[in-house]
Amino acid sequence: MAWLRRNGLMVYAGFAVAYMLIPIVVIAIFSFAETPRDRLDFSLGGGFTLEYWQNAFSISELNQALLRSLELAALTTVIATAIGTLMALALVRYEFFGRRASNLLIVLPMATPEIVMGASLLSMFVVYGIGLGFTTLLIAHVMFCISFVVVVVRSRLIGFDRSIEEAAADLGATPVQAFRYVTLPLLAPAVIASALLAFALSIDDFVISNFNSGTTETFPLYVYGVALRGIPIQVNVLATMLFIVTASAIALVIWQQRRAERMAAVLPDAEPDPALSV
Amino acid sequence: MTARRRLTPYGLLAPGAIWLALFFVVPMYFMGELALRSGTFTEGFTFSWQFSNFPDALEGNGELITRTFLYSGISTLLALLIAYPLAYAIAVKASPRWRLLLLFAVIAPFFTTYLIRTIAWKTILADSSPVVDVLQFLQLIPDDGRVLATSTAVIAGLTYNFLPFMILPIYASLERLDLSLIEAAKDLYSSARQAFLRVTLPLSMPGIVAGVLLTFIPAFGDYVNAQLLGSPNQFMIGNRIQSLYLADRNYPEAAALSFLMMAAVLIVVLVYIRAAGTQAFMGDEEEARA
Repeated sequence: MAWLRRNGLMVYAGFAVAYMLIPIVVIAIFSFAETPRDRLDFSLGGGFTLEYWQNAFSISELNQALLRSLELAALTTVIATAIGTLMALALVRYEFFGRRASNLLIVLPMATPEIVMGASLLSMFVVYGIGLGFTTLLIAHVMFCISFVVVVVRSRLIGFDRSIEEAAADLGATPVQAFRYVTLPLLAPAVIASALLAFALSIDDFVISNFNSGTTETFPLYVYGVALRGIPIQVNVLATMLFIVTASAIALVIWQQRRAERMAAVLPDAEPDPALSV
Repeated sequence: MTARRRLTPYGLLAPGAIWLALFFVVPMYFMGELALRSGTFTEGFTFSWQFSNFPDALEGNGELITRTFLYSGISTLLALLIAYPLAYAIAVKASPRWRLLLLFAVIAPFFTTYLIRTIAWKTILADSSPVVDVLQFLQLIPDDGRVLATSTAVIAGLTYNFLPFMILPIYASLERLDLSLIEAAKDLYSSARQAFLRVTLPLSMPGIVAGVLLTFIPAFGDYVNAQLLGSPNQFMIGNRIQSLYLADRNYPEAAALSFLMMAAVLIVVLVYIRAAGTQAFMGDEEEARA
């Protein structure tokens, strides 16, 4: 009883986390199913097979959708991370007229339901008669990723020790050199974290894409399209693969981070990166 | 040099600010403009100050709107109840190694597509799945009762899908909590309960406020859960907006309805922030600067 009093909360945490992982486990298990299932079934009458893992890329429509999603996410990541990082620099490092308004501009997209962003963009494209497709998707994805990049990079910049940059300047570095060789490497973990976040947000997006894709299909849109007819098991296989790849990437970044922190621990006021913990 | 220095922030800001202005702010204007047009998809829509689109958009949707508030409200509350103890366990009780692992598990759902996760719940809650069998066995639902295509399924889906948005901000505020304050409270003879209610809870308020908003807003606008886990009897405003835009192509009415949704969200957010009395949502930055 005393044990439960002490550890009850951790036991609860275990259950809560298990609950969060349930659908992921289900997706992974179903990727080995012999026939598509529309309900959870432990009898597994059909049995298990590796067939769909071996033929993971045998549905060309699905492959195209996935490739398009990857391409879209990659482009979105590059653009959003670059302009978001610059914005974060401006907001943290400078006092200027319009700073509050800029902060508001960054918070608002995060406080807007996705459906409203999707609908308003579509409204603009309709009014101008702009055709929907990859470009409109890219515009939309960069738009909703920027704010997240700014928030992540900004949190790192706030705890940034500027004396290191001043030291670089004292040692004769030009502002550009100081940025390139001092600021950027120190900022790298936050920039990488924000890039991963942008990538994950983009590849996962359904609602805004649903409104602004026209006939172009991304991975989630393909899944939505086939959901009514029955989802091929390859979707589970690819979703599982995607999970493994992104989870490993995040794990790697966190591990690198911790290693860097341990190495930096000799330095005074080395502090963990708040960006990754959120 | 000083002029250059004065202009630097604007140069850094420009690409992102222009992108957000052109593709976030300006579209809002066009949504408003579209909402005041009249006509049909085949004949084209012309601007005519058609204010009647707004009452038209609301007409017959009263139940839908009530349901949307109800579902998103209940799932936000449930998410808070599930998330707080979990966030507390991760931030305060867990050892550093466990903390990292638990946090990783909390964000793990983000690594699979939202849509596929929801479809997975559909199979879990489907008729005669083990979960439903157990609920029937426990007489929590009647023998012929179902979970899928009920309000319960939709609320459960909303709660699940937006749970990390509740956990992370609460975790962030609890992680910063100075544990010596709780020690101090106990030294001053407060019970564990009092220490929690008068020290821990108030200090984690910013996290709760941010978490509630980050959960309520997406839940309020969602249509995926209602569509996949519910039936038309569980549809929310989001479903109506989506079908008006993408199926009926009744753009003016669709725009009017989403305009009203945005207004409703803004009002709820402003009232809530005022009531909660924090600037949690504007970012910790101001706080950190102070």
